[in-house]
Amino acid sequence: MVIKLENQDIDSRLLPLLDAVNDPEIPVLSVVQMGVVRSAHFVAENQALIKITPTYSGCPAMDTMAVDIKNALQNAGIQANVELVLSPAWSTDWITPQARQKLEEYGIAPPLSAEADKAVLLGQAKIVACPQCKSKNTRLISQFGSTACKALFRCDDCLEPFDYFKCLK
Amino acid sequence: MSKELIQYICTVADNNLILGQRLGELCGHGPNIETDIALTNIGLDLFGQVRSYFQYAAKLEGGNSSEDTFAFLRKENEYKNVLLVEQPNTDFAYTIVRQFLYDVYHIRFMENLQKSSDETLAAIAAKGVKEVAYHARFSADWVRRLGDGTEESHRRAQQALDDLYTYTDELFHQNESELSLVNAGIAVNTAQFKSDYYQTIHAVFAEATLTVPDQKYFLKGGKKGIHSEHMGYILTEMQYMQRTYPNMQW
Repeated sequence: MVIKLENQDIDSRLLPLLDAVNDPEIPVLSVVQMGVVRSAHFVAENQALIKITPTYSGCPAMDTMAVDIKNALQNAGIQANVELVLSPAWSTDWITPQARQKLEEYGIAPPLSAEADKAVLLGQAKIVACPQCKSKNTRLISQFGSTACKALFRCDDCLEPFDYFKCLK
Repeated sequence: MSKELIQYICTVADNNLILGQRLGELCGHGPNIETDIALTNIGLDLFGQVRSYFQYAAKLEGGNSSEDTFAFLRKENEYKNVLLVEQPNTDFAYTIVRQFLYDVYHIRFMENLQKSSDETLAAIAAKGVKEVAYHARFSADWVRRLGDGTEESHRRAQQALDDLYTYTDELFHQNESELSLVNAGIAVNTAQFKSDYYQTIHAVFAEATLTVPDQKYFLKGGKKGIHSEHMGYILTEMQYMQRTYPNMQW
């Protein structure tokens, strides 16, 4: 299924190709579903310009994504230029509802809201649900996790550690 | 204007670059796994912002310059970072207090840079300000825990504050070239949040039961390219690959 956000501007011929390129760190989501691809257009026959935006400034996956996008389009006979754009800044709001569900199924708790994040990170609220057992009896272990976009949590019911996708707005 | 702008970008980016390098030294050496990951993640965010700044500076300069020539091929006196960020990782308390003194400045700086009339700088700031908010939360939290922790953690945090406080004033130094960019609406006028900066850090130090030193004299020099003895060692390590294998790429 092809999912596209309202604020993305992607040529319908390129969409299925781009939607087949997955985020190297979160392989259940495509670069389109992550909201990383901002626009994709043909500039000439078999030549496309793809604009992507980083989730975090220092996200090391960006270079890989750019190469993966080029390769995927090349396999379809399209030469792609990938350009990095910073504005408007990426937000976790751009992760689609379907993608949020996929994140949870993959074992990463999807982002809540910025206010909720603050309460959670300060230990004031227990609202992040464990992606394994759904219990909200969870606690923050580390504000910084395995990648720039995640924090590390532990469920006090099933005792499993899990990643929480930090809210970025 | 372009030359002044490139210079300004360096004064902004070099703080991130050198602090990021310091944090990178801790990779695998943090006191525990969570703080190790946190500090290197913060370093990664800072480097990410540095890449955006230097890519922009390289575009303005043109010719053969690139983000790498800015990061790796300048001489010591061409780096314009403040002295604070080059101070060593003496112990965890130093690392945290240094980070906190910078984060509180950095977050206000980025909030203001978002309003810059230079679109690229404004975009880098809009992206980075969200990241810096996490850094400040982390370092402020640890300042409180160390200061209001055990006798030993309090002693070390107080020592770090006593030693590092003298470098804070330099964060707000702006030379004529920078002030002309302030007037042009490009650079941030740091004077406007200086008192807010000191109020904020003093409030956190009070919560942490730490005593703010009665400082009359502040050290400066880095923003003019006059660095402490630590800087040469940092650059030796940081520039090693490019100096040994010119133009090498990963």
